[in-house]
Amino acid sequence: MLRFVVRRLLLLVPVLIGLSVLLFAWVRALPGDPARSLLGERATDAGVERINEVYGFDRPLVEQYVSYVGALLRGDFGTSIQTGRPVTESFIDYFPATIELAVTALLFAVVIGVPLGYLAARHQGRWLDTTVVTGSLLGVVTPVFFLAILLKLVFANWLGWLPTGLRQDPRIDATHVTNFYVLDGFLTQEWDAAFNAMAHLVLPAIALGTIPLAIIVRITRAAVADVLNEDYVRTAHAKGLAAATISRRHVLRNALLPVVTTIGLQAGLLLSGAVLTETVFSFNGIGSYLFTAITRRDYPVLQGFILFIALLYCLINLLVDVVYGLIDPRVRAA
Amino acid sequence: MAVPTTTSPTPEPVPGGGAGPATPGAPLLEVRDLRVRFTGRDRAVTAVDEVSFTVSPGQNVGLVGESGSGKSVTSMAVMGLLPRRGVEVSGQILFDGEDLLLADRKRLDRLRGREVAMVFQDPMTSLNPVVPVGTQIGEVLQRHFGMRRKERRERAAELLAKVGIPDPRRRLDDHPHQLSGGMRQRVLIAIALACEPRLLIADEPTTALDVTIQAQVLDVLAELVDEAGAALLLITHDLGVVAGVCDEVNVMYAGRIVEQAPRRPLFRSPAHPYTGGLLASIPRLDTPRGRPLTPIPGSPTQTVPWTDACAFSPRCAHADDTCRTTSPRLEHADGRGLRCFHPLTTPAALTKEL
Repeated sequence: MLRFVVRRLLLLVPVLIGLSVLLFAWVRALPGDPARSLLGERATDAGVERINEVYGFDRPLVEQYVSYVGALLRGDFGTSIQTGRPVTESFIDYFPATIELAVTALLFAVVIGVPLGYLAARHQGRWLDTTVVTGSLLGVVTPVFFLAILLKLVFANWLGWLPTGLRQDPRIDATHVTNFYVLDGFLTQEWDAAFNAMAHLVLPAIALGTIPLAIIVRITRAAVADVLNEDYVRTAHAKGLAAATISRRHVLRNALLPVVTTIGLQAGLLLSGAVLTETVFSFNGIGSYLFTAITRRDYPVLQGFILFIALLYCLINLLVDVVYGLIDPRVRAA
Repeated sequence: MAVPTTTSPTPEPVPGGGAGPATPGAPLLEVRDLRVRFTGRDRAVTAVDEVSFTVSPGQNVGLVGESGSGKSVTSMAVMGLLPRRGVEVSGQILFDGEDLLLADRKRLDRLRGREVAMVFQDPMTSLNPVVPVGTQIGEVLQRHFGMRRKERRERAAELLAKVGIPDPRRRLDDHPHQLSGGMRQRVLIAIALACEPRLLIADEPTTALDVTIQAQVLDVLAELVDEAGAALLLITHDLGVVAGVCDEVNVMYAGRIVEQAPRRPLFRSPAHPYTGGLLASIPRLDTPRGRPLTPIPGSPTQTVPWTDACAFSPRCAHADDTCRTTSPRLEHADGRGLRCFHPLTTPAALTKEL
């Protein structure tokens, strides 16, 4: 298993190199240029030239790329053209929020989705199943922004049960260590801060997690339904095993294989899909920051953030493969 | 196919062991008038009808027929493994006097794996691919005997050794994909025999295996059943297998039993044309080269409903108008049962006909 992980980690190197090339080319292929967007409408040619000189945009592309990668290897993602802040610093400002939101949304989707899909499969064709299948279809087709606005309107504005936005009530004087607000609350034992941050996560997490929830429900239901028809489940019944043993050891373990794959894919999508939800709930994550970076052609920020998302995506996939190997011995052998 | 010649148990002295009484009057398993109907959305199919047979303690009974004859459905009904929805089961399945069709899930689960066990047709799919085989053997011991982990491993290794798997201790941690088909079927046999059941149902236990492995696995099965004093209900389409193992034979066609008889009389003088056809279709080593095989004409799909005809009549050389308009009943005489208007009378007649 360890060898497998190490090998997979090594395989990340060519993937990341390829990605950096693509990204580098892609951000420069965007129409418009960073100097003009920085200087605004009344930019003079001399001013633009100066900016390009400072940031090295006047040099040949290959040369720019080499110095970019060289800096990357030293852990330097460059500085924002707009703000002049190092990109790594803004990682710490924005990524924790998005990761916190994505993880909560995924937890919501998995904790509810897997049992619901399992129950639906066990009651195929009955009312529970029909309700779950119909409901999940509804979940898949509901646009995220619509659901987000609806949730906010009903539970925050009308009922007033939950906060309308932000990550934490600004009136709370919370200490932030990692910038994961919930985690910070626990670390510093500022319980009110932790719970306040959690309350702020509920609605965005539901809005963001609904589509993954619906997909996980459907995949789980299909997988369990398949496994229930397998010969080895019949064997388990012929052994007189208790229903709980059959469900756990024989049905769920096998059905989880496709479910784990789906969860991994959804986790990756959540990171990039958080943008809309963040906007609706004024949740200060990477979403709005990236949006600004795109409109301003802030090359270093774009490259840095997207590369980091890609890295996270790869790591999630690696995790999925490891879990897969833990569940299914046939994968380990391959 | 190779027929095991080592074991040919005589019907009379029932091997010792087995908790039940060995008197002929008290069968271990008695199936009475079993009827299984699959009720689909728009049409119902009667898979098994009027099936009655008995298995005495320690006895080996064969259930023979082509695909679709209802033999597997019968065995699934005995094990309570038929789906509950869309299936109607009627009649009685008496195990040691207790009607299994009336037993609830809890009671069934106490019997299954403990008193009645089953070996399935396809060893490639009948084991859980993600669980080590040792665990799959051990869980049945844990369930019925409450054995602890160490004991279970010990016993599982013993069982693997018994079914002829070399280096059993190491094999315990193997997963099914690391074993060959023959080995997997041995593991399934080990699972079935783990709790020393009184009745073992084997549904085509060798069909999915290589011909060379078939004989070995069958030998192991027959030997262990014999050794444990268990009764065996062997389901097969292969009369060669029956000849080597069974004391009593029930021949099924289109969901009904058409002939039941002890092995020797059945093979010496089959009475039902279908049985005769099955026997005649077995290739023999002493037939001259180049002579074609003698199959039963037609296919099992060419049946008419039993309700107002003999279902075999479309394929039967002896069929007349009676056969095509009246449903034959299972008549008993001389310890044999037969469902036919025009039985084959003598072996000579059989050879002449075919």
